[in-house]
Amino acid sequence: MSAVPDRVHLSFSVNGEETPVSFAPYKTLLEVLREDLNLTGTKHGCELGECGACAVLIDGEPQLSCLALGVACGGRRIETVEGLANGAALHPLQEAFADLGAAQCGYCTPGILMTAKALLEKNPNANREQVKEAISGNLCRCTGYQQIFEAIEEAAKRMRA
Amino acid sequence: MSLKVIGKARRRVDGRAKVTGLTKFADDIALPRMVHARLLRSPHPHALIEKIDVTKAERHPGVHLVLTGRDFPVTFGIMPVAQDEFPLANGKVRYVGDPVAAVIARDEQTAGEALDLIEVTYKVLKTISDPEEALQTAEPRIHDYGEQGNIHRIQSYEFGDVGGALAKSDHVFDDLFFYEGNTHLPIEQHASVAAPDGEGKLTLWSSTQVPHYIHRALSRALQMPAAHIRVIACPNGGGFGGKCDLHNHEIVVSRAALKLGRPVKICLNREEVFYMHRGRHPVLMRMRTGVTKEGKLTGMHLQTLLDGGGYGGYGAASTFYTGVLQTVTYELPRFKFEACRAFTNKPPCGPKRGHGTPQPRFGQEVQLDKIAERLKLDPAELRLGMVAKPNSLTANWLKIGSIGLAECIRQVVARSDWKNRYGKLPSGRGIGLACSSYLSGAGLPIYWNKMPHSGVQLLADRSGQVTVFCGATEIGQGSDDVLAAMVAEVLGMDPYDIRCVTGDTALTPVDLGSYSSRVTVMMGNAAIQAAEKLKAQIADAAAEQLEVIPDRLVFSQGRVFVTSDSNKNISFREAVEFAEAKFGTLGAVGSYSPPRSPGRYKGAGVGPSPAYSYSACVLEVDVDQATGWIAVPKIWIAHDIGRTVNPVLARGQVEGSVYMGLAEALMEEQVFRRLPPRMSHALVHKIPSLLEYKSPTSLDMPEVDTVLVEDPDPNCPFGAKEAGQGPLLPVMPALANAIFDAVGVRIDELPITPDKILKALELKAKGKPPRVGPESFPAVPYPKPIFVATPWEGGDGRETKRDDAAAVV
Repeated sequence: MSAVPDRVHLSFSVNGEETPVSFAPYKTLLEVLREDLNLTGTKHGCELGECGACAVLIDGEPQLSCLALGVACGGRRIETVEGLANGAALHPLQEAFADLGAAQCGYCTPGILMTAKALLEKNPNANREQVKEAISGNLCRCTGYQQIFEAIEEAAKRMRA
Repeated sequence: MSLKVIGKARRRVDGRAKVTGLTKFADDIALPRMVHARLLRSPHPHALIEKIDVTKAERHPGVHLVLTGRDFPVTFGIMPVAQDEFPLANGKVRYVGDPVAAVIARDEQTAGEALDLIEVTYKVLKTISDPEEALQTAEPRIHDYGEQGNIHRIQSYEFGDVGGALAKSDHVFDDLFFYEGNTHLPIEQHASVAAPDGEGKLTLWSSTQVPHYIHRALSRALQMPAAHIRVIACPNGGGFGGKCDLHNHEIVVSRAALKLGRPVKICLNREEVFYMHRGRHPVLMRMRTGVTKEGKLTGMHLQTLLDGGGYGGYGAASTFYTGVLQTVTYELPRFKFEACRAFTNKPPCGPKRGHGTPQPRFGQEVQLDKIAERLKLDPAELRLGMVAKPNSLTANWLKIGSIGLAECIRQVVARSDWKNRYGKLPSGRGIGLACSSYLSGAGLPIYWNKMPHSGVQLLADRSGQVTVFCGATEIGQGSDDVLAAMVAEVLGMDPYDIRCVTGDTALTPVDLGSYSSRVTVMMGNAAIQAAEKLKAQIADAAAEQLEVIPDRLVFSQGRVFVTSDSNKNISFREAVEFAEAKFGTLGAVGSYSPPRSPGRYKGAGVGPSPAYSYSACVLEVDVDQATGWIAVPKIWIAHDIGRTVNPVLARGQVEGSVYMGLAEALMEEQVFRRLPPRMSHALVHKIPSLLEYKSPTSLDMPEVDTVLVEDPDPNCPFGAKEAGQGPLLPVMPALANAIFDAVGVRIDELPITPDKILKALELKAKGKPPRVGPESFPAVPYPKPIFVATPWEGGDGRETKRDDAAAVV
């Protein structure tokens, strides 16, 4: 029987930076990001793939980081909320979310921002139904979703301009 | 007065942190040498602990400490009247999930492994699964305190002779309603980090809505002076009432950190959050209401029976709230209210958004719909004819200030085209209307004292910087934004130039916390008082420099102007410099206590508020009569907020309330099932996961049309009342009433699910009464009521001797 190592060491791209990290092999990407890389902007609400709070982009696709094993992410391209702004300049989605009340407690916000980023990159003209569909895996308990829809649409408008 | 900040749509002052992931929630804190705790929870709903053996767990590699009930000899509880919990069970468990032991280890994984090595021998006791069983079962008692047997609280009040009022009414409506329990479901799981500082004192960072109450209760639980404990409320990732108790895990990590001399963290998993609960009480109600043939209420006799779960918690207050606000919405000349809370072997219930009030509100608003139907009155007109009067007293001696309810009703009626659509839509489609009112802050704290409910401290110095300190807690509702807005408005500043330091018992003046919709009113009033004092000092010094009297100055746009000559002005920073030179170090405090309520009878402390908010809701429904499926295409809501502080946030509070109300109306339920007898037969949560506990997603949420009605209340800061809870209340009855309009069936219980619709349609097809709801109300041994004469029948607010000769039995 081959022994399971205490830690594995690998490297992936996090927000455009090549990032080497060593961690316990049972850890999810969520845990590696939060606990080993101190990127606590990515949240968790269940660690079972039910709430969407932990959504990040893996190779440009929104994925639940609580369901992705860290060891499976070697060499992949990870994007988190920490990489959304361009230096001090907020991403249009961040601007719109802050201005239009789309973030109340702010806990589901990073997951929704990343999911919305992937949507607008694929479909800059997403309509209300497509916005609803895209974030249907992200639970928000505060807003009733209306201001989130509006913020994503407003960001899309600003990004198209 | 022209307002520069209040009422303007703005990005919240903490908005940037929330969209960059920089807001530090409790679980985002990591400290050097930090170790991790996990709790062993009871698998039995009701049992005695005969033996706990932790030796194997203690020997497990990586384990630092194992704690059991022996380490916690003192009871705790959030309310002084309910000190009935132990941080870890002390010989007895009262619900599946009751914490029994704790392991602190190098990581969560190791702690979890060690939990499996703890050996507990239980002696199983009879499970009491619902209030009716509790009423019938005197022994075993879940607690050895309470009224009798398994009754936690039981009480009876009568304001005016209700029997007489009902006897003289043209109609008496007698209805039974049931409101199922449900839970808060904040997306943030509760987390806490406790750490000893260099002096051996304790700091606790926690997801809590009430750092001050936690501070007090923790001092008792740890038997440690409060001066050696610092509680920091991290911004909450949603609260909704679920983070208002002192929780077992907060005490456990505190004790462990003190013992180990290093930081200890815990984050509950989602299943544990369901078992933690403290959410909406299931309530069975009987409501007998008299009306005149013109549609005026004559009196109401309300009986409630609450399923309290395994502990007291806030239950004593919840019990009152299942009735006391029934009088605030409409003119109700006489009111009798009997309530009973039973202990059961389930996770404890407590305050959830609306705290005890949505249940009777649902009943009353559905009953009003039945009254309108019988009297052949339009439901909106019926309500408009009975709206409570501004600046009035209610039958139970609550003092009402401003009331924008009539305008709220008119708004939703007009915007939904109610007149042309109510009763006129094709079969299967319908619209329903309901209203509500709610507290803008509880009039009394949860422990008796005469001190302020909210304190604010301001610091200004020569840099021009203003820092505001307040114990209030940001739970997403915009507490910090309100605080900055109030100070900015008074000092003529930009709210983004004000630094807020909040929710830290070591640094901030006491504020009682984010509950009962109290923050805007209480913190806001305290903030205005502090800012006015600081402004007076600065104006005094600035006036000398500008050679005018202070009354001639106006603070605006970060400057101090002479009103008659706007060319004469100095910057706010310069003005502060002059003030600091003249008076020394600058600072000011403000505090707020609610006005004393006129009620003087025992129990009069629950219900009073500085102001009441009002809401009206119209909801459209589309019912598939083949499947019972309920679609809600649109909701109209109008909310009397007094004055809007920030329209972006206010709308968010209203729509978030509508969302949560709709969730309770259609799908959410905290329900339980028995495991099979071949297993333990234990009473367990049916669905403790976010996947199976259904809550609305973005695809389920209808369009919401929101109107903010402004009827400023003189007790409130710039007239601003609450917005975070009241607008939830009318949504559930509006759905039930819309369903009646759509398909002609009455669903007198929540949630309203397709199976209930189909059952009612089946009854209708058979010619039976088309109603689904509770069929009976058990015999509850309510005591003889405390009788209080109403304000209009010679009362003085005190308990009075009943005029038995005049009473109609």
